[in-house]
Amino acid sequence: MQSEIIKRTVELFNSEEIVRAIGWRKGDFDYDLNPSIFKSSEDLEKNFVYNDFSSANLSKFLIKISQKEDGKTLVFLKSCDTYSFNSLLQEHRISRDKIYIIGVPCEENLDPSKIKAALGEDVLSMSCDGETVTVETLDGTKTISKSEVILDRCLACKSRKHVVYDELFGEEGEVLDSKRFDQVEILENMKPEERYSFWRTELSRCIGCNACRDICPACTCEKCVFDNRDSGVENKVATNDFEENMFHIIRAFHVAGRCTDCGECSRVCPEDIPLHLLNRKFIKDINEFYGNYQAGDDIETLAPLTRFDAVDVEPSIVKTRENVK
Amino acid sequence: MLTLNASQLDEFFALIEKKRELYLPVENKTGKSEYKRWVEGDKYSTALRTVKSAKNFFFAKSENLYDLKMDHKNVEVIDTREDIKEFVIFGVRGCDVKSFDILDNVYLQDPVDTYYKNRRDHGLVISMACSKPATTCFCALFDIDATSPNGDIQAWNVEDKFYFNPLTEKGDAFVEEFKECFTDEDSKPVEKQKEETLNIIERLPFVNLNMEGFGVEDKLKAIFDRPEWEDLSSTCIGCGTCTYVCPTCQCFDIKDFNVGDGSIKRFRCWDSCMYSDFTQMAAANPRLTQTARFRQRFMHKLVYYPIKNEGIYGCVGCGRCLVSCPVQMNIVKVIKAMGDN
Repeated sequence: MQSEIIKRTVELFNSEEIVRAIGWRKGDFDYDLNPSIFKSSEDLEKNFVYNDFSSANLSKFLIKISQKEDGKTLVFLKSCDTYSFNSLLQEHRISRDKIYIIGVPCEENLDPSKIKAALGEDVLSMSCDGETVTVETLDGTKTISKSEVILDRCLACKSRKHVVYDELFGEEGEVLDSKRFDQVEILENMKPEERYSFWRTELSRCIGCNACRDICPACTCEKCVFDNRDSGVENKVATNDFEENMFHIIRAFHVAGRCTDCGECSRVCPEDIPLHLLNRKFIKDINEFYGNYQAGDDIETLAPLTRFDAVDVEPSIVKTRENVK
Repeated sequence: MLTLNASQLDEFFALIEKKRELYLPVENKTGKSEYKRWVEGDKYSTALRTVKSAKNFFFAKSENLYDLKMDHKNVEVIDTREDIKEFVIFGVRGCDVKSFDILDNVYLQDPVDTYYKNRRDHGLVISMACSKPATTCFCALFDIDATSPNGDIQAWNVEDKFYFNPLTEKGDAFVEEFKECFTDEDSKPVEKQKEETLNIIERLPFVNLNMEGFGVEDKLKAIFDRPEWEDLSSTCIGCGTCTYVCPTCQCFDIKDFNVGDGSIKRFRCWDSCMYSDFTQMAAANPRLTQTARFRQRFMHKLVYYPIKNEGIYGCVGCGRCLVSCPVQMNIVKVIKAMGDN
């Protein structure tokens, strides 16, 4: 697949259809691919990689790279990434006519930290052949079943469908029954104090690095309120750990109805905080209150929180859940 | 050499904790390891590295400096420094121990940072030799011997035994104080483990990177002007992950918190050169682009710091940035791109 993608992209370079491509650049190992700009077909042929570790969602980079530069930018998008792309388009953060999308097929991505946790940290290379992941280590070749080392977010994949593209590699996929709200339900069914304690424990690991915010395709403000000295809420350091926890809850509010559930926040968190569950709770509530809505599905439908219908749930009504213990 | 059976470790910890505060790596619910205050039941984690480094013990993530009591035109300055109890950090890897030297060069030089010094004076470091380095480790590139780490006391864990060797006066006094815990045994197993580990370290992929051109004053401008910075930083998202997991990143910001009752708390906290409001001046951050901010971080570690500190690099090769950077850009990739590797 990688060689076919490269071949086609080189054609697009040569025909001057595109002047740059955003893709995954070869690293020192198979798993440390750097989202990167390829400015020539030679660079792409030599350094572009599409493999089980091409997890980075490249859509957000388009704001910086395609908007301020001349010529068309090619971007490679996996199915889940295309939802982010549509959201950015809908919010006028990128211009469709400056971008050429190659949809790339996606099986589940693999999680290098799961592989290392299982097989040791002396990994030299990792590759996946069907159901088996083969790892070269300083200690020899080891294998592990793919199912054990799939990236968490891919275990609850919501869609294999590319909702936007100029050309697509592989078959057209479908929206999946992801069971992605199961974990949210577990949290909803906890007693309030249990749930409070769950989040306090998870969020207590936060180091305040802002990686979740900065990678998030829905967080696209030119200047985040939390970076603005004059806002009075700048948070280089929180007054206490509760305030630090609140940052994530506030951020989830900011992206409510806009988050496509791409899962980048949790993927990049150095402390493995399941931040996506906060966003997913909002998605689930929005679905229940306003009818099913998937951000990024298309660019026409207005998000539930930006429109009003007479049948909308009243804010004063506190929804009671049947199965609350 | 002084030894202790692994089965006696918790007893040893309990004894230390009676007299001092004890901190050590413990596995958290994600399976990764983090430093925490030891309480009964905590198990020492032998994980290679903690997610965050150990620098927080001396260079705190945030710390109150003093309070200002405002009463019309009078401003009273109140020293709010807390008495710091004697504390022990157990299980610090060689790379992290070396990072303390790098921080010392900054904070203990004239004018001495008394807040930092206060913590440094009250802390005792028991290091732990590595036996299973990762392929993302490259401390050897900076002449650090992970099999014989520094610290007040160096330690090894070979099978179900711990070996201790005090290196400083403070370390001597400590083992004397706790001498009833130790037995004296042959150090052969330690020598064997060292040899085996050094064998692995030799085969790690980044321990022989070419450092030529870095850390030299007359190459400073040339490296600064290299065109590669643009591409390397092109997808840097400007978060502070690398900075905050890094054991040697040492920048802080000083801020005021208005308590609202006429008093102000002046505190300092970790800062990141990756942030848009880093070194904010009257107008703005003098580094207007992410490329300039990115370059600053690596120039500091690979060029400015060694020029000022007799060739010692501002990196200890712990590999945390290799693991944690959301876009998989890191100091190894920078060294390779800039150093003609």
